[in-house]
Amino acid sequence: MRRYSAFAIAREAARYHSGWGKAWSSPEPKKKYDVIIVGAGGHGLATAFYLGRNFGITNVAVIEKGWLGGGNTGRNTTIIRSNYLQDPSAAIYEKSRSLYETMSQDLNYNVMFSPRGVMMLAQTQAEVRGYLRTAQANALQGVSTRFIQPAEVKKLVPIINLDGPRYPVLGALWQDRAGTARHDAVAWGYARACSDMGMDIIQQCEVTAVRREGGRVVGVDTTKGAIDCDKLGIVVAGNSGVMAERAGFRLPIESVALQALVSEPIKPCMDVVVMANTVHGYMSQSDKGEMVIGGGADGFNNYTQRGSFHHIEETVRALVETFPMVSRLKMLRQWGGIVDMTGDRSPILSKTPVEGVFINGGWGTGGFKATPGSGWAMAELMAKGHSPLTDEFSMWRFKEGKFIDESVAAGVAH
Amino acid sequence: MSTRLATGGRLLDKGRQVSFTFNGKRMTGCAGDTLASALLANDQVMMGRSFKYHRPRGVVASGAEEPNALVGLGTGARFEPNQRATTTELFEGLSAASQNHWPSLDYDIGAVNQAFARFLPAGFYYKMFMFPRVFWKHVYEPFIRQSAGLGKAPDAETRDADTYEHFHAYTDVLVIGGGIAGLQAALAAGRSGARVLVMEQTPHWGGRAPVDGGEVDGKPAEAFIDAAVAELEAMDNVTLRLRCMGAGVYDHGYVLGYERLSDHAPGADGPRHRLWRVRAGQVITATGAIERPLSFAGNDVPGVMLASALRDYVVNWGVSAGDRTVVVTNNDDAYRTALVLLDAGLNVPLILDARAGGGGALADEARARGIRVETGKGIAKVKGRARVTGVAICAQAGEGAVLEEVPCDAVAMSGGWSPVVHLWSHCGGKLNWDDALAMFRPDAGRAPTGHDGAPFVAACGAANGEFGLNAILKDANTAGQTAARATGHKPGRKGAPKASDAGDEAPLEQVWLMPQGANIKLRMKAWLDYQNDVKVSDVQLAAREGYESVEHTKRYTTLGMATDQGKLSNINGLAVLSNVLGQPIPQAGTTTFRPPYTPISMGAIAGEARGALFQPIRRTTVHDWHEAQNAYMEPVGHWRRPYCFPKAGESHEDAVQREVRATRDSLGLLDASTLGKLIVKGPDAGRFMDMMYTNMMSNLAVGKCRYGLMCSENGFLMDDGVVARLSDDTWLCHTTTGGAERVHAHMEEFLQTEWWDWQIFVANVTEQYAQFGVVGPNSRKVLEKLGGVDLSKEALAFMQWTEGTLAGIESRIFRISFSGELSYEVAVPASMGRAFWNKLLEAGKEFGVTPYGTEALHIMRAEKGFIMIGDETDGTVIPQDLGLNWAISKKKEDYIGKRAQARSYMTNPERWKLVGLETVDGSVLPDGAYAVGEGVNANGQRVVQGRVTSTYHSPTLERGIAMGLVLHGPDRMGEVLDFPRLDGSIVQAKIVDHVWFDKDGEKQNV
Repeated sequence: MRRYSAFAIAREAARYHSGWGKAWSSPEPKKKYDVIIVGAGGHGLATAFYLGRNFGITNVAVIEKGWLGGGNTGRNTTIIRSNYLQDPSAAIYEKSRSLYETMSQDLNYNVMFSPRGVMMLAQTQAEVRGYLRTAQANALQGVSTRFIQPAEVKKLVPIINLDGPRYPVLGALWQDRAGTARHDAVAWGYARACSDMGMDIIQQCEVTAVRREGGRVVGVDTTKGAIDCDKLGIVVAGNSGVMAERAGFRLPIESVALQALVSEPIKPCMDVVVMANTVHGYMSQSDKGEMVIGGGADGFNNYTQRGSFHHIEETVRALVETFPMVSRLKMLRQWGGIVDMTGDRSPILSKTPVEGVFINGGWGTGGFKATPGSGWAMAELMAKGHSPLTDEFSMWRFKEGKFIDESVAAGVAH
Repeated sequence: MSTRLATGGRLLDKGRQVSFTFNGKRMTGCAGDTLASALLANDQVMMGRSFKYHRPRGVVASGAEEPNALVGLGTGARFEPNQRATTTELFEGLSAASQNHWPSLDYDIGAVNQAFARFLPAGFYYKMFMFPRVFWKHVYEPFIRQSAGLGKAPDAETRDADTYEHFHAYTDVLVIGGGIAGLQAALAAGRSGARVLVMEQTPHWGGRAPVDGGEVDGKPAEAFIDAAVAELEAMDNVTLRLRCMGAGVYDHGYVLGYERLSDHAPGADGPRHRLWRVRAGQVITATGAIERPLSFAGNDVPGVMLASALRDYVVNWGVSAGDRTVVVTNNDDAYRTALVLLDAGLNVPLILDARAGGGGALADEARARGIRVETGKGIAKVKGRARVTGVAICAQAGEGAVLEEVPCDAVAMSGGWSPVVHLWSHCGGKLNWDDALAMFRPDAGRAPTGHDGAPFVAACGAANGEFGLNAILKDANTAGQTAARATGHKPGRKGAPKASDAGDEAPLEQVWLMPQGANIKLRMKAWLDYQNDVKVSDVQLAAREGYESVEHTKRYTTLGMATDQGKLSNINGLAVLSNVLGQPIPQAGTTTFRPPYTPISMGAIAGEARGALFQPIRRTTVHDWHEAQNAYMEPVGHWRRPYCFPKAGESHEDAVQREVRATRDSLGLLDASTLGKLIVKGPDAGRFMDMMYTNMMSNLAVGKCRYGLMCSENGFLMDDGVVARLSDDTWLCHTTTGGAERVHAHMEEFLQTEWWDWQIFVANVTEQYAQFGVVGPNSRKVLEKLGGVDLSKEALAFMQWTEGTLAGIESRIFRISFSGELSYEVAVPASMGRAFWNKLLEAGKEFGVTPYGTEALHIMRAEKGFIMIGDETDGTVIPQDLGLNWAISKKKEDYIGKRAQARSYMTNPERWKLVGLETVDGSVLPDGAYAVGEGVNANGQRVVQGRVTSTYHSPTLERGIAMGLVLHGPDRMGEVLDFPRLDGSIVQAKIVDHVWFDKDGEKQNV
């Protein structure tokens, strides 16, 4: 793999960048792999990467029905944080956040992790108490957060309106090493690193069936033919239910469209990420200058990657109240992604009823931030049969009633 | 130079001068000008700087597709960044400023980036800025952020001075686009009697036809347009809207329209923008087509423009972009521009036709009128930096060897036309590649479909890939008739009018790079996306590096991601990509078309719901009284409730303590009107109540009250409250303030989806009653003083209710207590709320009556050991955790949540249970603190064994008290736990019983 650096760019500039090779290769599938990962989104690629990096398992194929990083990896609002309330959540999201800190260097691909800080506004007394509790929990979980007062909120976010006529800002939960990253680059960086380890990334190839013998996986049928494997990881987000059905089991997951939008780019005016859960809106400013805004999820299940308009109205209203200047900006583009929602809104990283088949899904509206941690944990689960990071996220927890419910702390937004 | 012409300008009122400023400089235009045409009339061709290299940029287009001419418009509370000069109508006093430069448009430090352009190819930032690690946040990123972005941010402290509104419309046929296609489609549909709504984004009907020429029914196109508009205006079933853009098409015929009512007259009465939310039976997109640039070196130098735009400026606004214009094209249409320029008395020294075979009839005409036409030739390079000074000519088939240089001050380019398929595509309409015309056009066989599987969008005219006048009118007529039929109307037989067909046109030739073999130095200067500075070389690099999917290329290079969303660049970029990959264009496919068509204001999206109208505050009947007392109010649900009533000089904490003491000593009043009140009525109400609550409610006697718990399907406690049985078939359910709507919805969901055959009505009567808590040892006395109802212990025992006339006001009196005191809640009709409140205050004077707020309420309930939804519960707690097993009926077969509560983890003895907590030193435990155990877990997190759920200073006990959930808590009475504070210090607390006040209930039962 050609290393990326300023020197490499200077060298290439001299010959008009004619020497750059492919970031990843696109081979035809082999007959058999030790491990097949279905889904070349961030989570799937990260799983493959850590299988290789941490466990030396490199005879791996990542199979993608579309183009890599084309699902929710390329559609989210790029927020990274780990200020979760429940222990299992805080563990995996903080692992993830810490991996983001060095991801650019680990992958030799600049994913632009920007620890600019994430702020969750408290706008009711109940929210104040909720975030005080989260701060207490985070302190014991090794997650660095603190509750800040309105004056500090205003200092960090000059464009905010503290005394909205409806909901005053009473304070905020602040995580200063949380932030954003360039979402596409995460997928591309992992893909390049996986390819470099000799793994095969096979795009435009749909897995149509999971072949089983005696309750154990032996391979998959794809639109490019049958491929054998010893282990299979299903990491397909909004299509989790569909793939599980092809593998012969059911998941407690529903798929809905989640909306997002961006404004036209403007010069920097907001350096941090702000989430306002009471009014249901969150916003950050990308390095390009666009205000990146998260909307709500549609109230009905579907697989079309476009949303309705109604949630956009609610979101924009909330933001106009919170940041009055937003009223004079324009919406450039709105889009939707299909998110996989579980009953407790926490993910599933689990063995399945089919031996050798593992599932990683149900990340719902908050998957991007978990990408490296999810891959790290899933790789350990697949390689060793269990991981302390995944133990609580079994798919059987719903049967036991052992929910990991973040609703009190996470509100609606991620 | 660019200047105002003596002739032309069909849209201008030349008699009306309009003055405006650009970058502080005073200029003059005419009524009817756009900002772009007015700037051109003032010889201001350069209008901005590009995003990445800060290159000088001039206006390229004449409409919504413009990528370069973006300005900050207005000042103060009416400032708005990134406005397109081409779609901004000029008005008196307009103030515009160009963007993305420092210190000025002419001298921009950022232009230094151009010198490093070779080091800044597509995606360079993915390959560098990685070392040292901390530099990204503190050095690289701030620098990149500062140089990126376009316009200035609006002022943070100023609220938008304008208003906005939403408008709902229902129509059989919605026609988007008011060119000749849209007008003809509207006529065809309108004549059938169908309701028709026509939206046109510009302030004029007719689209391009008046500029492009041609005759309809033997008359100029303009005459047809006037007649069509007149006929449509005369139809009652037709609505016409100018300055109204079709912004997005969504599922089920939902269409967003964006009407700009006063952008051309700021400060006028009424809203600035109106968002149309339309449900249309059928949608016709008559959105026309957009011309494509050609990719040659220097195609971004100010003065290089689309051929059609140059023509528009001459015909519509009477301005020339230059005196000497070289035309470069791969099709016949650009010859029209040459002829128009000639007609206007301007010089066209040369037409470069990339096609070896040259053009058709129009080319012959150009030659006949003395224009030099070179075929098989193209532009090697444009000369000039801030303005075109000439072009270097080369053979299109070659590598760019310069044959000749021709001085000029404008270049008109045409690379063919792309139908505007955005609205067709928003909701899933598919496209076909037409190789002859080099364009994607709607595939009528794969239109967006509605709930019934039938298509609901049709494209017509140029938007459908039809370009001859005759073909356009015919296509539009059919589209209008078909839409009318689809919505149940009978279109007449009237056909489309006959139009003059253009003469013989030679076929277009696909030219995606000029010259065909352009070397890398030329390709690095050939722009695809002007605003984002994406060049041919960038797309080629992306493809070489494996970013082969069109979505990868777009994201890696940022092609098409600017404010114009690739209206000029997408197809050109796609073709370059396909050429590198050696695959046909349709195989690469397009990126997804997303709403809105052009950016729409957030103000319009928010609509009227801003300020006081954003989630309007619900007010109880005594809300005003609270405010008059200077109560400190807190948001609860959509209400505001008094948190406390501080007296002059009193802190909130002191006020709360005083309120508690006064209530416990004598008499307190609480405005409890916000608590939810739901009536459940019907023959099946009893069994329904038994399913909704964990308690048995069907056997509650009329006249009695019972405290009830409500669980979610997953068994978690979701709400609580007192239920009263009003009559044989009627129950009244009290809910928490924030829970009323949720509980109502919960009930309705089960009634509508599970037990739809049960005969029950649920009505939310929260706002029909004002309800007041009358609390404290003197509560009975004050109510007896009001008189009218026997409230003796015998007549109204604890947990009973009665009705009567108190102080002359019809009342329902519940003897219930959330404080442990003797206590009543009195409900009166909302209209009598304030009157009754006044009577309570008056009668209570002798008892030192004290209104109290939510915090005193919380403290008193905690002293008594009552749980609070939202404090003791958080969506993960079941009633059994809270020692509420007594409220769970063992006799019932089922209730919502019962099965869930039988799951293994729900019955696990390791679940944390409710206890009381008392700090050893009497202080108040911190909110949300956790009790730590020994060591750390497998993930390195501190082991915890309990947490605080609510914590207060109790004025009654004069010490800190708290409730909490603790591992094996009820079995560990007296044990001391460690609770770390956020500063790391430890506060110790003892496990105690969670009922501190009057455990035996002697006070409430008196």
